[in-house]
Amino acid sequence: FKAAVLIQRWYRRYIARLEMRRRCTWTIFQSIEYSGHQDQVKLHDFFSYLVDHFTPSSQNERNFLSCMFAEERLLKDSEMETYCDYESIEVPDYYTGPHVSFPLLPDHATALVEAFKQKKQLHARYVLNILHEARKYLIQLPNINHISTCYSEEITVCGDLHGQLDDLIFIFYKNGLPSPERSYVFNGDFVDRGKHSIEILMILFAFMLVYPKEFHLNRGNHEDHLVNLRYGFTKEVMHKYKVNGKKILKMLQEVFCWLPLATLIDEKVLIIHGGISDKTDLELLEKLERHKIISTMKYTKKPEKKKAAEESRSISAWFPLKSRSVPSSPLRLSPHKGSRSASIPCTFTPDRKEIFKKVRQSVQLELKEGQQQMDFSEFKDKEPLRFPLESEPNSCDFQGVNQEEWKQVVDILWSDPMPQEGCKANTVRGGGCFFGPNVTEQVLQKYSLQFLIRSHECKQEGYEFCHNRKVLTIFSASNYYEVGSNRGAYVKLGPDLIPHIVQYQANKTTHTLTMRQRISRVEESALKALREKLFAHSSSLLAAFKSYDLDGSNFITLNDWSVAMESVLHLGLPWRVLRPQLVTHTINNMLEYKSWLNDLAKEQVSHENIQSSLLEVLYRNRSNLETIFRIIDSDHSGLISFDEFRQIWKLFSSHMNVDITDESICDMARSIDFNKDGNIDINEFLEAFRLVEQSYLEDKDSELKGSETNESSCSGQGVH
Amino acid sequence: MADEKDGGEAGLLELQKKIKEAFEVFDHEANDTVDVREIGTIIRSLGCCPSEGELHDLIAEVEEEEPTGYIRLEKFLPMMVKVLSERRYRPIPEDLLLQAFEVLDSAKEGFLTKEELVKYMTEEGEPFTEEEMEEMLSAALDPETNTIQYRDYLAMMVIDEN
Repeated sequence: FKAAVLIQRWYRRYIARLEMRRRCTWTIFQSIEYSGHQDQVKLHDFFSYLVDHFTPSSQNERNFLSCMFAEERLLKDSEMETYCDYESIEVPDYYTGPHVSFPLLPDHATALVEAFKQKKQLHARYVLNILHEARKYLIQLPNINHISTCYSEEITVCGDLHGQLDDLIFIFYKNGLPSPERSYVFNGDFVDRGKHSIEILMILFAFMLVYPKEFHLNRGNHEDHLVNLRYGFTKEVMHKYKVNGKKILKMLQEVFCWLPLATLIDEKVLIIHGGISDKTDLELLEKLERHKIISTMKYTKKPEKKKAAEESRSISAWFPLKSRSVPSSPLRLSPHKGSRSASIPCTFTPDRKEIFKKVRQSVQLELKEGQQQMDFSEFKDKEPLRFPLESEPNSCDFQGVNQEEWKQVVDILWSDPMPQEGCKANTVRGGGCFFGPNVTEQVLQKYSLQFLIRSHECKQEGYEFCHNRKVLTIFSASNYYEVGSNRGAYVKLGPDLIPHIVQYQANKTTHTLTMRQRISRVEESALKALREKLFAHSSSLLAAFKSYDLDGSNFITLNDWSVAMESVLHLGLPWRVLRPQLVTHTINNMLEYKSWLNDLAKEQVSHENIQSSLLEVLYRNRSNLETIFRIIDSDHSGLISFDEFRQIWKLFSSHMNVDITDESICDMARSIDFNKDGNIDINEFLEAFRLVEQSYLEDKDSELKGSETNESSCSGQGVH
Repeated sequence: MADEKDGGEAGLLELQKKIKEAFEVFDHEANDTVDVREIGTIIRSLGCCPSEGELHDLIAEVEEEEPTGYIRLEKFLPMMVKVLSERRYRPIPEDLLLQAFEVLDSAKEGFLTKEELVKYMTEEGEPFTEEEMEEMLSAALDPETNTIQYRDYLAMMVIDEN
C-alpha cells in the first residue's frame, strides 16, 4: 500500500532527525561539562604556580594570597573537641525537623528519609553529630572494603547521585530501604550540582551507622572540598546553615578523607568510582594512608624547612598562616550577612587608588619575573595538563603519602574507560587516565577479578557495559543535565554475581511528554548553555570570522563558520550538524557574522553600564570567578573587602591575559551595590551576572547615576 | 533544510565534511566506524527520506563482504556523496503526505480512528515496530476522541521540523 509506505517513510525520517538532535544535545552537554573540569584544573594550577613563584612585596599582597591558601589541614584530636562541639548548639523549640539521638536506630534513619521528603531541614547540631559519628566509624574501615554476598542475598550498587534527593528516594522506594537483608553500596559523588547534597549525605551516613555490615560507601572525586567550592556543595551548605556552615564544611573535610576508596565483592567484583590505570596496584591501595589525601586536586609537597611533628601543612614558610589577622581596609564594620542594603554612591579615595596601582604594578612585575623563571605559557596551552603542577618531578615523601600513592588514588577516582587499547592521560578531565580493554584485562587477571563496576560518567540509559562486558558504568542521577536528558540506574548482584540492572527516571513529567517534547526541552537547555559559551568568546569569534572575510564584505561562508567555531572553542562539536539550530538567517548560504554575534549578545545581556567585552570575560570565567571568590572568602561570610576585590581582578587579568582598566572596574563596581565600609557582597555580585534581578540593578543604577560624586572619569566607555 | 551545493571543488569538499560530521556523531569508538543499525538515522538526518527497502539497498552497497555489523566511513562517504549530489530520496512534500492520509481515510471524515491507523501502520507497507507505533500515537492521538486528526497532526509536525 503506497500510502502507508509514504507515511512510514516520512515518519521514520522524522524520528531519525530527532535522534540526531538528541545525540548532538548530549554531546553539547558533555563537552561543556568537561571543559568546566579543565578550567577547574587550570585554576588550581594557576594558584599552585603562584604559591611556588610569587614573593609578595607588601603586607597587602601577603594577606591577599594567604587568604587564598588558608591552610588545609586535618584537625588534631584536641581541636576536634572545639570544632565538633555540637553539644553546645541548642535546638530551639520551634524546630520542626527530625531529631536524632545516639546510638542511632533504624527508625531514626527512616525518619530522616521521611522528613527530607517533606522538605524539612536537619538542624546543624544533628548534622555535626552525625558527621562526628560517621568519622569515628569510617576511621576504622580499611581502604578497600571486602564484602560478601553470603551475608545478604543481594547487593545493590548505586552510582553518582549528585545531590538529587528524588533519585535516592526513588531507589529506596523501588528497591526497598537498607536492612540486614538488603545490602547497598554507593559508589561516590553523592554531592555537588543537585540541591540536596547535604540531605543525601545525612541519609547515607545514617544508614551506614545503623547497618555497618550491610551499607557501604566509596569515595568519589566530588567528595573533596576543593571540587565542592566550584560545583555547588559549599554553596548549598553555607546557604542552608548560615550560622554553623563553616563548622560543617570543616567536618566534611574530615569525613570525606576517611571514606574508603573501593569495595570488593566476594573478592571478584571491584567497585571504584572512576576507574583504573595500567599502574593500579591494589596492594599499594590497601596500605596507603587514605586520610592524608584531603583533596585529589592538589598535591601538597613538604617544603624544605619544616618541623617533623606537623602534619599536612602545605604552604612554604614565609606565608603567614592565619589569614585576615590584619584587616586590609581600615574601616571594617561587622559583616551584614549579605542582605541588600540601600545603595550608596561609591567614593574612590585617592589613597586606595594608590595602593591599588602599586599592587597592580608589583603583581605584574612579580609575575613577569616568575615567567622568566618558568614557562608561563603552560597555562595558556591547550595541551594535556598534568595535575597537580609539579615543579619537582621526583617523588617527595610526605608523611606517608608519596607521589606514587597519590597518583594511585587519583587514577581510581578520576579515570574513564576508552574503547581503544592502551592507557593514556585523561586530558578531558585533567586527571587520572583513559584506560583501554587491555588494561582492564590485565588488572582483572592480576587480581583474579571477574569485572569492574564504576560510575563517574553520565550515561543516557543510566548504565553502560564496555570492554567486553568487563566494565559496567552505573549512574544513578536521572535527568542529570536537564529534565528528560537521561535515565538513572542501579545494579543488583546475587551470589552468582550476575548483574541485574534496574532503570528509572525520577520525574513524573517526563512520562507524559512525547519523545519530541522531551528532546526539544533538553535540546533547548543545551543550546542555551552553548550560546552562553559562544557569547563568552565573542571577541575571539569575531577575530576568527574576520580572518575568513577576505573581501571585507561582512559575509562568510557557512563552511568557514564551522571551521572558525571549532578553532576558537575546541569543543569537538559537530558544527555543521548544529548549524541550523544556531544560525537562522543566511543569505545565499552566507552568514553576516557581525549581526549574528550581536544577536547572541542581545540574548545574554541588556546591561549597558558594563562594557560588553568585560562582560564577555566575566561570562567566560564565571565559574572560575565564583570559585576564586569563595576561596578568598575563607570565613564564608559572603563578604570580601573592596581591596581584595580589586586585587582579584588584577591577578585575574594577568592570568587571563586581558587588559582591564581601572575605569572598567570602576564601572563594574558602580553597578554593584556595595557599602561604604569597603565590603562587597559576593552573592550580590555574582547574582548580578546571573541576571536574576536585572531590574533591581537598573533601578540602583539610576539612583547611583543621580548621586555620583567626583569620579566622572569612570565613564563606562573605558578603553579596552 | 540541508545546504546543497552541486558540483564544484569547494562544494564537494563541504559536502564531504558535512557527511563526515554526521557520521562522527555516531562513531562512539572514534575509529571511523558506525554500527550498521545507526546508518539509517545518519542517512535520514542528512536530508534523505528513503523507504526501508531503499535503505537496505544502500546498506548492502556499503557493507563489508562479510558483514561485521559495522560500516566504515571510507565506504560510506563516497556512497553518500553520490546520493546527495543526485538528490535521491527527496523528502516528501506536505501535500503528498496529506493525500496519503486521505487515501487511508476511506470514510473521508477528516480523521482516522486509532484502530485504523494502527492497522495500516503495523500491517501494511513497511510495518512499524510496536515502539514506533506507540511513539507515533503518543503525539498523534487525540485522547478525547481517540482519533487522529491528521490535518492538525501534519501541521504540527511540519512546524516542528523547522
